[in-house]
Amino acid sequence: MTTATTMGFAELPTLMSRMIGDEKHSAAATSTLDVLWVLYDRVLDTSPERAEDPRRDRFLLSKGHGPMAYYAVLAAKGFIDPDELGTWASAGSRLGMHPDRMLVPGVEIASGSLGHGLPIAVGTALGLRVLEPSPPRVVVLTGDAELDEGSNHEAIAFAARSGLHGLTAVVIDNGSSTHGWPGGIARRFEVEGWAARTVDGRDHDALAAAFTEPHPRRPLAVVATIDPKD
Amino acid sequence: MTTMRDTFLSTMEGELAADPLLALVLADISAGTPQVARAAERFGDRVINVGIREQLLVSTAGGLAMAGLRPVVHTFASFLVERPYEQVKLDLTHQGTGAVLVSAGASYDMAGAGRTHQSPADVALIDTIPGWTVHVPGHPDEVPAVLRESLPGKGNVYIRLSEAANAEPHHGAGFRTLRSGRGPVVLAVGPMLDRVLAATAGLDVTVLYAATIRPFDAAGLRAALRSAGTDAIVLVEPYLAGTSAPAVAEALPDIAHRLRSLGVRRDEEVRLYGDMADHDLAHGLDESTIAAAVKAFG
Repeated sequence: MTTATTMGFAELPTLMSRMIGDEKHSAAATSTLDVLWVLYDRVLDTSPERAEDPRRDRFLLSKGHGPMAYYAVLAAKGFIDPDELGTWASAGSRLGMHPDRMLVPGVEIASGSLGHGLPIAVGTALGLRVLEPSPPRVVVLTGDAELDEGSNHEAIAFAARSGLHGLTAVVIDNGSSTHGWPGGIARRFEVEGWAARTVDGRDHDALAAAFTEPHPRRPLAVVATIDPKD
Repeated sequence: MTTMRDTFLSTMEGELAADPLLALVLADISAGTPQVARAAERFGDRVINVGIREQLLVSTAGGLAMAGLRPVVHTFASFLVERPYEQVKLDLTHQGTGAVLVSAGASYDMAGAGRTHQSPADVALIDTIPGWTVHVPGHPDEVPAVLRESLPGKGNVYIRLSEAANAEPHHGAGFRTLRSGRGPVVLAVGPMLDRVLAATAGLDVTVLYAATIRPFDAAGLRAALRSAGTDAIVLVEPYLAGTSAPAVAEALPDIAHRLRSLGVRRDEEVRLYGDMADHDLAHGLDESTIAAAVKAFG
């Protein structure tokens, strides 16, 4: 895996091509690409060697649809063998159209049905707060359309009231929610007591800053805006 | 009288003190009881009340298990299994986590509250997901042992508590033979036992008692049929009629048998208030209807 861990952002399209060919990648597949890269390359304290380490940071991909970018990043960071990407979505593959934590190394939750990741992340953050003197981060990624699911709003309200400052929700906002979020997505989190930041979802430095600048005593929401026509 | 729910909450209070990896997750129901209030004061970060948010209730338990805690999740059956069914299916089962779900309210404990607070389908729904253990205790004194045996490990366990109860507890594993005869084998689940014993008094039947219904004690049923020399089985379950009928069929693939399933009616919604006795009558789970069914079947 030593070769895999030397891969950079520029190699992700090649890795994705192993799954879906060289045609223009769909919006669902690439909307998460920059955020995922910034998280795994610059933010999360985790690695393939620490898969069982209770103190590793957790990343929960709630928006499991279009996981090719996720698999590509996991391959680039050495969690899975790049050669395995070629098996994507075939019957014997561990790499499905939606990820399965029981199959894929480094995958923290199975997803596909929307609205499960953020509520699970609340439980994980609560549990880590009990178990670890210095709890690791729990970062969960959702889409703006996924926020339509009411289970997210149960979690948003409860998380801030519980002071879960180790929890970060990153919302990929490509304007795909059918009825939209008047006033902006960040506001939905702020009124519930979260710190919220809205940044360009393709700007790596802005994303890294949004994820790492302090947000004392509050959970953090990062709204990563992506061009809807992407 | 001390209910199963009281006994559960008191036992949990002690277990939370004994095991630093145990967590109790609530959605307001039972949060105001003295046992929970005391536990919350002592172990606040492991006594979690999410408010009236049942999807979050179950998903939080999945997350707690992923972090390494052992979650016990409690609310009324209708809001613990039926409403967040997909969370139970995915976040406790598909994710490979595990939790102990402890419900109150059963099929119609809150008869006067109407259909919205009645959950006769809970065990049938749990049956659609693999790997669950299901306990249906018949007496408050059976609850502590059932809970304590469910806490170790990471398995998924459903404990169905009810205000309906038998006069005496019956401890032990598997189907227990409380009466032997040559007529039908009558399997009484949890709180159904006393009325089955009364209904079959003077009849030449075998009565088995089950406080644990999943896994289904196939060997116990086969032994009882063999011993009685009968092909007739009567299931008396406090939830949807016929919930365990597939388990009976699976237990007897090589034995010709007849099965009569008594339980909460499936054929129509019983739109009725009143009390539990009214609902026993409406569903045919009263002593005289059970007696007539067993006699007619013999």
